[in-house]
Amino acid sequence: MGRKLLLEKAHVENIRLYDVYRREGGYRSVEKALKTMAPDAVTEEVKKSGLRGRGGAGFPAGMKWSFLAKPEGIPRYLVVNADESEPGTFKDRYLMEFLPHLLIEGMIVSSFALGSNNSYIYIRGEYAWIVDILEQAIQEARNNGWLGKNILGSGFDCEIHVQRGAGAYICGEETALLESLEGKRGNPRIKPPFPAIKGVWGCPTVVNNVETIAAVVPIINEGGEEYAKIGVGKSTGTKLISACGNINKPGVYEIDMTISVEDFIYSDEWCGGIPKGKKLKACIPGGSSVPILPANLLLKTAKGETRMMNYESLADGGFATGSMMGSGGFIVLDEDQCVVRNTYSLARFYRHESCGQCSPCREGTGWMEKILWSLETGKGKMSDIDLLWDIQRKIEGNTICPLGDAAAWPVAAAIRHFRDEFEWHITNASEAQTRNFGLAHYADEIHVPATV
Amino acid sequence: MVKFNDIQLQEFNRLVNRYPEGKQKSALLPVLHLAQDSFGGWLSSETMDYVAELLHIEPIEVYEVATFYSMYNLKPVGKYLFEVCQTGPCMLNGSDSIIDYIKEKLNIKAGETTADGMFTLKTVECLGACGYAPMMQMGKTYREHLTKEKVDAIIDECRRNAAVNN
Repeated sequence: MGRKLLLEKAHVENIRLYDVYRREGGYRSVEKALKTMAPDAVTEEVKKSGLRGRGGAGFPAGMKWSFLAKPEGIPRYLVVNADESEPGTFKDRYLMEFLPHLLIEGMIVSSFALGSNNSYIYIRGEYAWIVDILEQAIQEARNNGWLGKNILGSGFDCEIHVQRGAGAYICGEETALLESLEGKRGNPRIKPPFPAIKGVWGCPTVVNNVETIAAVVPIINEGGEEYAKIGVGKSTGTKLISACGNINKPGVYEIDMTISVEDFIYSDEWCGGIPKGKKLKACIPGGSSVPILPANLLLKTAKGETRMMNYESLADGGFATGSMMGSGGFIVLDEDQCVVRNTYSLARFYRHESCGQCSPCREGTGWMEKILWSLETGKGKMSDIDLLWDIQRKIEGNTICPLGDAAAWPVAAAIRHFRDEFEWHITNASEAQTRNFGLAHYADEIHVPATV
Repeated sequence: MVKFNDIQLQEFNRLVNRYPEGKQKSALLPVLHLAQDSFGGWLSSETMDYVAELLHIEPIEVYEVATFYSMYNLKPVGKYLFEVCQTGPCMLNGSDSIIDYIKEKLNIKAGETTADGMFTLKTVECLGACGYAPMMQMGKTYREHLTKEKVDAIIDECRRNAAVNN
């Protein structure tokens, strides 16, 4: 049983209410930071903690904070990215829905560190009921003196506002998010300048994921060094994983990154195995954008080591034989699932969500969707597989923002690891309309060559 | 003529005041939500022009935003809007058959509204409820773990509510 830092109190009755949250030890980190620490000392603790951005890229949060420009007389902003839209990911929703005060507490401490007097939560438009939950919690925090002017007599002023998006995956990309916050289309900006120099309304801005900001609370309460002791290597602290697909117990789990992928899937503490005793075929371990892995490469690395649920181990082997922790959206496919159909579904998603600025992404995502649809419906040609490969190669790295990469990677990984399933859809086109390829050899033990 | 009433105007002012001086355009997305909720569940060009006037921006600035984001309806929708997720994780859990069932039951295609103006079906991409699939959004709420029986119950519930409200 791993340690819980974020969700420890999630099941306390009425924890959503201020009085209960406070009684359970809430807002201690604000007292500690505002009464006993200088803003830079807060940033220093976050650096020491080794906390990596929980939105998907895994960039060290403390370092991101230290890049923030601080020109005299110009306001700085903290913007929390609650646009959670990566298929397979629903952890921030859980955190905000059940522990709204944890996010607000983290935001006050982080705003203090960064010198942000007006901080924003940009939340995806579909989470409409969570907007109400957050606004109620903000009101409670303000009524109790945690927001407003001169908080705790520290001289620090802070207000938090909730901005609702309106349905666009691209707004999870930080510069598109800032455009959207300014009331525009969510078209990503060309970087540099980075938001730390020129962000919202041209002012220095830090954009962090919900879970990242929530993690600042235990970091300040316990100290950065203590936080860094949890986990392994550069995967410090705990990580929220949203597990879904073909598993017995879908949901949001907080793990300390020392457990194996196999335990995570089969233990009753987490996913509880696969329904109806079916076999594991494949998994997308970090949200739809990261490479899909067949069962054998998921559970063990190409070197034959047990694969663990942390940043380094999930990425072991690079894209050739590994994947990524990403946003923690863990999608399991059982033996009856069709990789071609799943890839088509994701390709359609990326085509729908491309903002249309860059031609490789705007055109390429549409071509990939069409080709995958013809393969899925038995109208594909053998040359289509190479064509798909060619298109994804030409999208990757050739766009302003990472949506292009995010669209390319799932297609590339599906072909890399499941090429024979794609070929079967062409050679056995009519059969493929009546049954799926099945498990095939994807769970077979991989022969590991002995190293000299 | 579209015009916010006093309560709606109060909400409009609250939204606009959250941004620095001179940055009132930032309120555009939330104001469009308010306008859509206030004026029949969709954004007519008259509504969009009204929003532009209120925010002191050009109408084109409103149109380009309204057409970019999927939650803004640019044509009238039924009294109840079913937005069913069809992306990866929902698909793995049978969203295709739920969508087919709703189409058959309401006798409409995706994007269409029933003749009585009661229901509109929209297929949408990932709504962040992957662990509770298959699912759909209905107004401000999510309906999760959908089955055919649950769909039947939701449709009955809508019809009952509509009858009570009439």
